[in-house]
Amino acid sequence: MQVGALAALALAAGGGIYRATHGAAPARRFVLDGDAKAVLDAIVPAMLDGALPPDPAARGAAIAAAAERTHLAILSLPLATQKEIADLFGLLALGPARRWLAGVPDAWTSAGVEQVGAFLQGWRTSRFATLQTAYRALHDLIIGPWYADPSTWDAIGYPGPIKELGA
Amino acid sequence: MSTAIPDPIQAGLAAGWQVIDGAALQADRTIEADVVIVGSGAGGGVTAEILALAGLKIVIVEEGALKSSKDFKMREAEAYPSLYQESAARATKDKAITILQGRTVGGSTTVNWTSSFRTPNGTLDYWQRHFGLEDYSAEALAPWFLMMEQRLNVGVWLTPPNENNDLLKRGAARLGIPAAAIMRNVKGCWNLGYCGMGCPTNAKQSMLVTTIPAALNHGATLVTRARAQRLVFKGDAVDHLLCSALDAGGFAPNGHTLTLRARHFVVAGGAINSPALLLRSNAPNPHGLLGTRTFLHPGLASLAFFAQRVDGYAGAPQSIYSDHFLDAQPIDGPIGYKLEAPPLHPLILSSALTGFGQAHAGMMKEFPHMHGVIALLRDGFHPDSRGGSVALQADGAPLLDYPMTEVLWDGARRALLSMAEIQFAAGASSVQPLHEMAGRYTSWAAAKAGIGQLPFKSRLVKVLSAHVMGGCTMSDDERLGVVGADGRYHGVRNLSVHDGSLFPTSIGANPQLSIYGIGARLASTLAQALTGKPAPRVSA
Repeated sequence: MQVGALAALALAAGGGIYRATHGAAPARRFVLDGDAKAVLDAIVPAMLDGALPPDPAARGAAIAAAAERTHLAILSLPLATQKEIADLFGLLALGPARRWLAGVPDAWTSAGVEQVGAFLQGWRTSRFATLQTAYRALHDLIIGPWYADPSTWDAIGYPGPIKELGA
Repeated sequence: MSTAIPDPIQAGLAAGWQVIDGAALQADRTIEADVVIVGSGAGGGVTAEILALAGLKIVIVEEGALKSSKDFKMREAEAYPSLYQESAARATKDKAITILQGRTVGGSTTVNWTSSFRTPNGTLDYWQRHFGLEDYSAEALAPWFLMMEQRLNVGVWLTPPNENNDLLKRGAARLGIPAAAIMRNVKGCWNLGYCGMGCPTNAKQSMLVTTIPAALNHGATLVTRARAQRLVFKGDAVDHLLCSALDAGGFAPNGHTLTLRARHFVVAGGAINSPALLLRSNAPNPHGLLGTRTFLHPGLASLAFFAQRVDGYAGAPQSIYSDHFLDAQPIDGPIGYKLEAPPLHPLILSSALTGFGQAHAGMMKEFPHMHGVIALLRDGFHPDSRGGSVALQADGAPLLDYPMTEVLWDGARRALLSMAEIQFAAGASSVQPLHEMAGRYTSWAAAKAGIGQLPFKSRLVKVLSAHVMGGCTMSDDERLGVVGADGRYHGVRNLSVHDGSLFPTSIGANPQLSIYGIGARLASTLAQALTGKPAPRVSA
């Protein structure tokens, strides 16, 4: 996937564009609304591919749990950072940004793991700082909270902290 | 809980300690004292104990909450938001370096990994030569380090290192690289490995269980969940400190203000936050030095995979180190680095681990077989390593702009090479340097070739810092520093800085003992000046 300089500039200005089209708001708590939720629900399966259970029902529940853990992690950040993340999700939810910045042709609700994985890989090593930064934020906010949860520890062979003191 | 751990914080509160929780305030308050201390970490804690023992009325203000062993459940998801600045996600302006700093009573000492080193002689020599700090010789400081080592039970750790540390030792030994044991500030340590989430057994002799309780036992007042917003000056003195009480979440002001009045004010909020408070207060800054020369020991990391279990989460973290790559060249030559073996816990490890999807999940499935080494770059000595600058954002919060210069990237590349070579020498089957474009190398030859080709640029390389230093440089020459060698802020009659922000360079070692020893001397001088009597000596 090639992301042009124009696209990176658009993302750099993305927060501004998003705020201009959606009204300026003071720093406030992040809200995982329908549009942001669709973006997150599409990115989680690609970010956690290989870690999610294969069984479809279990997989759906795991994606929902992962998204909620990410949501809670975002809520523990300073309000100014929550605002930056809200801007990122707000921007990705816009069709043109999804298509031209992320290079994902299908709507988030129908985008597959391969499409989304290509978008993440492109941003990961992009020469544009804003895209790299956005990738790293998504990486840390989805992956970290996933493995922080005790339900994921068996799969990685981690016994967890000493039971006598951790209760 | 089946095992009863005595909780000195709960006992102290029951015995009547003066603790005011900002989040519980129902109205504005004014408190008067002899000395107000901003911050309860290494610098603030040591200062509070010495001044309280000297008979002075102390108020300590801390942005974080008062937690205790009953709260320390060894869960990353709870510990990072409640005990760290910005939920352990503080970052430099370009988001290229993640910064770990404590934000709780005890500051970073509550969550650090217990590594205790005196300030290296080479660092002190450099300060003497370049910043005129004649009193900062190893000989002059030795009694202060000794006093604080005894106070905080700093000693040789006799338990065998965990496998994560022992692999560093064995790999280094096979290459003829000297490595040694790290002294730790613990008493009755259970060797659990969860120091970074708050010690659940009170074995770590952090400020939370040593100096702060001592100060409170001597009548000090502790204000928690209150952010020091601004020192208000009257002439050449600080008149009072304005603090915003925070809500229960700890980030947003709850609308109540605390006004703290005192004869003297000690700023010890840690590097980044101390210069930020002084910048918000428009403290004298005639040469524009305030906030500059902020150092990080930028940290690179290399993960390796072994056939045997390593269990990097278990056992004392950082019990072995090597200074070989610090000692190999002049202090102001190519950047040197210290090697240590950090604890590996799922949240922080999986976040630091590069990549995503199948490749990332595959590595995580080998979690118990992973080995980690970190290299801390010794910044601030080479002419092209002048650190970063703290500035204020629109809301008054600090932001550190820290450029990774070419000399630092050169050190980073050599560090990734050294760590991979040691890991293969220790028997690693593969090594994954934390760089977005690095492969998972299966031989030293492949790693050497691969790392040699990697581009070293911000955000491609994972860089972490747990040691923030500088920003309030200490020098009696006002053209070189904003604080004198005695810790007094230049141009203000009753203001001192007692924390790691004083350091004119990075330390070149984990900084806690440097802050304890130097802080103890500064606090003792201050106590004598304020009381007219010799300062008390602290002991465990």
